[in-house]
Amino acid sequence: MDDRFAAAWALLPGYLSQHVLLSLCALLLGLAISLPLGVAASRSAAVRWPSLFVASLIQTIPSLALLAMFYPLLLALSAVSLAWFGHGFPALGFAPSLIALTLYSMLPILRNAVTGIRGVDPAVVEAADGMGMTGRQRLLWVELPLAAPVIMAGVRTAAVWTIGAATLATPVGQTSLGNYIFSGLQTENWVYVLFGCVASAVLALGADQLLGLIESGFSARRPWRIWAGSIGLVVGVAAALSPLMATTTTATYKVGAKNFSEQYILAELIASRLRATGAVVSTKEDLGSATAYRAVASGEVDVYIDYSGTLWANVLGHKDNPGRAAVLSALTRTLKARDGVTVLGAVGFENAYALAMRADRAKALGIASVADLAAKAPSLKLGSDLEFLSRPEWTVIRDAYGLSFARQTSYQPTFMYRALADGEADVISAFSSDGRIAADKLVILADPKGALPPYDAVILLSPRAGQDARLRKALSPLIGAISVSAMQAANFSIDRETHKLGPAEAARDLAKSAGLNP
Amino acid sequence: MIIFDAVAKIYGGRRVVGPLSLMIPKGQFVALLGGSGCGKTTSLKMINGLVTPDSGRIVVEGRPVGAEPLSALRRRIGYVFQEVGLFPHMTVAENLAIGPRLAGWEAPSIAARAAELLSLIALPPDVGERLPAALSGGQRQRVGLARALAAEPAVMLMDEPFGALDPVLRDALGQDYRALHDRLGLTTVMVTHDVMEALLLADRIVVLDAGVVLADGPPGQLLAEHPDPVVRALMETPRRQARRLEALAAGGDHG
Repeated sequence: MDDRFAAAWALLPGYLSQHVLLSLCALLLGLAISLPLGVAASRSAAVRWPSLFVASLIQTIPSLALLAMFYPLLLALSAVSLAWFGHGFPALGFAPSLIALTLYSMLPILRNAVTGIRGVDPAVVEAADGMGMTGRQRLLWVELPLAAPVIMAGVRTAAVWTIGAATLATPVGQTSLGNYIFSGLQTENWVYVLFGCVASAVLALGADQLLGLIESGFSARRPWRIWAGSIGLVVGVAAALSPLMATTTTATYKVGAKNFSEQYILAELIASRLRATGAVVSTKEDLGSATAYRAVASGEVDVYIDYSGTLWANVLGHKDNPGRAAVLSALTRTLKARDGVTVLGAVGFENAYALAMRADRAKALGIASVADLAAKAPSLKLGSDLEFLSRPEWTVIRDAYGLSFARQTSYQPTFMYRALADGEADVISAFSSDGRIAADKLVILADPKGALPPYDAVILLSPRAGQDARLRKALSPLIGAISVSAMQAANFSIDRETHKLGPAEAARDLAKSAGLNP
Repeated sequence: MIIFDAVAKIYGGRRVVGPLSLMIPKGQFVALLGGSGCGKTTSLKMINGLVTPDSGRIVVEGRPVGAEPLSALRRRIGYVFQEVGLFPHMTVAENLAIGPRLAGWEAPSIAARAAELLSLIALPPDVGERLPAALSGGQRQRVGLARALAAEPAVMLMDEPFGALDPVLRDALGQDYRALHDRLGLTTVMVTHDVMEALLLADRIVVLDAGVVLADGPPGQLLAEHPDPVVRALMETPRRQARRLEALAAGGDHG
């Protein structure tokens, strides 16, 4: 408990500074757009209704989906920019998060600006006009000062929303306080989850209180409150951002990881080997499955580990299974030719998608293979991770064996195992390298038809990293070095309930057990 | 001088003003009199461009309305209305400074003007530091009047300027303003529905009904027999009240 708290505390400056920077930029940009738009909307119904409608519409999109939406969009724009102007821009991380959060912050500011300006006493507006103020003078001298308390209330709401939603920037590759929550959820590190929630709540409340002080300064006409609130904000932001000033060195290598325990460990393992060469390394964790490959192809991450079957089915769109060696050599050839991505090699273990059951239950039902399962499936419940049911592997295995379950439910991987243990699911989509298979006494159902492709863990390098001799030399000892049992043990060391390790410690143990020299 | 030349205004297919032709010479105090909906406020607001006529034209001090930016026109015209519309976030002195600021005065003369205006409307100098919310209704109305006079306009437009005040205050403020009008050589157009107020303050009364002139003349002439029955009925009340007051003053009593 204390160790985990200390570890979380040590990560705070980095996460907090990124979180504050992102929220601040989004809020300032949101303000810069919404305030003039709000003024225009308060003047003209032709602007008011469409802009409020669009802002409300954006608000109905779940914030996570909004954040995710801008990645492919920016990627396409980046490709266009590369083709036309000769250089692209990063489609992952800060840019999509900033755009999404800016849009998200707009509604409260816009709506309150319109309400505030239109709510100014008509007699006061008539006096301003009658005295010969120009539209601009009326706005700056009369309407904005009088609407300021209402507008500030909107800014407060926007600040609280933005700071909260910024935790969701983690899955699109932007470091935030959400890193605690997402990695904590994956590794069942509830200290991290709680720490992330509390940190973002404290940040939101602090910002809200300071903005509230400014707001009350405006409405009660107490300039010292406006000053105190503003100074508090500036000092707070400066303090939060100070770690960014200190670490101006840019990462030489960026290591990517998807959003589960094994990926965190392998990313740490790769990062530690790269650091041993004296390089500066940063990691981008919690990437979505498809996002990760696009990130390496576009060079936003230099290296990460993917699985041959995933690449075969999802990236290349194949539905067949020509066998392990054929898949690997076809991938190596095609990814290089198509995207410039280097397959450095397989690290040794396989992490296959597989259907798993509790051993006792499988025995009782007489199920040993997917073929046996097909006969019993109509009375059984399938639990899957969040992506399995929309992946081509599911279609392939379903059609090959004619699987049809009584019910299908998707879970976060952590909760999927819980569901299986509790009997809410009879069969789950498991990963063969998962430490919980051995620990929870599960059996993996055989695939006699060979419907699922092999899932060798392979090291992928971006076009730039593929040319980098230092990086290749540092990582080539990993090829063929990690057995499935070593990986299972490492995964279990961070997934288990007690004596949990962090990804970095697990990576250290894994390197030791695999006999890798540091 | 203010000239209305065949001015008309139409709202929703209904003609609310016009055709209206009037000539108001410099220095005159004119009351536009009539019931609600007679078009008097609309006519007044066309002088400073708060309402734009649909046809005809208005000339103020030799320049047609619309020939220059409306803000420039309005800065030369004082405007007072019943709701006053003091800027609630500014002190009285700041409110008084707005007109001179818009007219581009120097800072020292603006400050001096605020003090001068406060004494003009008989308010103590310390009122200048207060916010409008801290004033009484009568004080607010006075400040509104002073604010309109601040940039030394030659023309004053007043829309029920004393309407929200109690009768005693109303009469006092009316008399005070009439004195200012004479002293400063203003041209004043005042909208009112109060016949007594119009009779006691104005040099000339224009009675409007459904947007057209029903009667136009000095108070004495209107008070005497008028051919129009509506005007006659309008003047009957103050006449009867005057007779009654005279009788009371002569020692008579009710009954």
